[in-house]
Amino acid sequence: MKSKAISYPYVAWMALFVVAPIVIIVVYAFTAAGGGFSLENFHSMAQYATAFGRSFLLAAVATVVCLLAGYPLAYFLARERGWIHRMATMLIMLPMWMNFLLRTYSWKFLLERNGLLNTLFGLIGLGPFQMIDTQGAIVLGMVYNYLPYMVLPIFSVIAKIDPKVVEAAQDLGANSVTVFRRVIFPLSLPGVLSGITMVFIPSVSTFAISRLLGGSKTLLLGNLIDMQFLGSAYNPHLGSAVSLVMMVIVMVCMAVMNHFGDGEEGVTL
Amino acid sequence: MKKNGILSRLFLALCFLFLYAPILVLVVFSFNASKSRAVWAGFTLDWYADLLDNSAILNALWITLAVSAIAAVIATIMGTAAAIGFYNMKRRSRNVCMTINNIPLTNADIITGVSMMLLFILAVDAWNGGIGRALGLRFNLGFWSLLIAHITFDVPNVILSVTPKLRQLDPNIYEAAQDLGDHGLHAFVKVVLPEIMPGVVNGLIMAFTLSIDDFVVSYFTAGAQTQTLSMVIYSMAKKRVSPEINALSTLMFLAVVILMVIFNLRQAHQARQAQERRKALYGK
Repeated sequence: MKSKAISYPYVAWMALFVVAPIVIIVVYAFTAAGGGFSLENFHSMAQYATAFGRSFLLAAVATVVCLLAGYPLAYFLARERGWIHRMATMLIMLPMWMNFLLRTYSWKFLLERNGLLNTLFGLIGLGPFQMIDTQGAIVLGMVYNYLPYMVLPIFSVIAKIDPKVVEAAQDLGANSVTVFRRVIFPLSLPGVLSGITMVFIPSVSTFAISRLLGGSKTLLLGNLIDMQFLGSAYNPHLGSAVSLVMMVIVMVCMAVMNHFGDGEEGVTL
Repeated sequence: MKKNGILSRLFLALCFLFLYAPILVLVVFSFNASKSRAVWAGFTLDWYADLLDNSAILNALWITLAVSAIAAVIATIMGTAAAIGFYNMKRRSRNVCMTINNIPLTNADIITGVSMMLLFILAVDAWNGGIGRALGLRFNLGFWSLLIAHITFDVPNVILSVTPKLRQLDPNIYEAAQDLGDHGLHAFVKVVLPEIMPGVVNGLIMAFTLSIDDFVVSYFTAGAQTQTLSMVIYSMAKKRVSPEINALSTLMFLAVVILMVIFNLRQAHQARQAQERRKALYGK
């Protein structure tokens, strides 16, 4: 029980399968196909600047939408009493437990040109609308898939707030808006921060959602990386460079955000 | 806090509609006789029959279950041992280990996937060019690389779920067992393990579900021959829309609901048992 040695197998495992792969990515990013140090990959990345911009923009929009819808959802759920409160976590998690590709596929099924939504619009004399293969469809797919990642941490923080704290604020004359603004919202910030992280990272790096809902025209970072490793444009050096840049940008974003969180411990699922 | 008014209730209902409607639609249309995505043409079970004949799907299902089960068991053993070892380390080295341990959790899946793929390809090339050629034994990415990748992203979750239990552990009980003449492994199995068991079981369940659900890491590390269920779904969903996927969705959703119900019943049962034990002990 006092031994450190039993963790050594996993320490070796981490060195081999966590640290080494990252080192390889860095080495690949800074070498050309023929070998030798080179910055060529970063130069040729310039042509994909739009893919970078689009990925971060769509992921940011999806994160904002998730926050705007997810915060009230978590807040109202935490205020419920009785069975809804007890079942809340399960109700939010249940769709998440279904394979995410199947959930994304269901939107393809709904949004298609002769899909269910357009048929419904047709009945009231509207449409058909072009909904599939648009950037809006990609954002919808991200919001649908990752909304639970925003709701759960916020819900768990708000549900843990001591009711006495709220009562104390009310006794001191705060109305419900002030209670929310000065007490509940600041206390829920750690949940918000971890929710933002948990929605933004998978959104910015997705390639399946954009492939299934965005058609073949909309290229995101994930698709770009996918193409370099398993696709037609096989070039793992360029793919590594794109991965590395994405990783660094995401890390910087998270560091800046956690700085606002002031060392508060994030909430995980 | 105030209770919810009618408007907030309406908002809740709309959110749950948004979350569940797409699933409901898939379930309903899995019984639709027509291949059309919009018209209801009568009830059929044909898509389910087609699904059971689809050897690619059945094969992938076995691979997914096998890799998830093996990876979850190995990850739970290695992760529990690692959590105990980290717990006994000095603060400095523990922080380093936990930081590295967190990398697979915070990194985007696609980066975990492609970085491990590069490692595996380099290893395979080195082997096939050297010892492998001499022995006439050639390797390729496949089940083994898939398994290693799954273990790698499972262990951090096991550690996250075991570590809090270790912190709650009374350090004296292990010493008490030693004072009573019990040493080493036996004391650990008899005294420490029962205390941290809930965390270990929770870690096992989490590892298994994460592995079952994984697509991105598997997609990059499984090689060309091995396919998990998610990978088959991806290639099916990418092409022409096939109603078989609706049937598959329905079956998988049903499986999840059944698992959730069993899990919740088990938890309620355990809570009741704990209460009865308390009653028996304290007579309250």
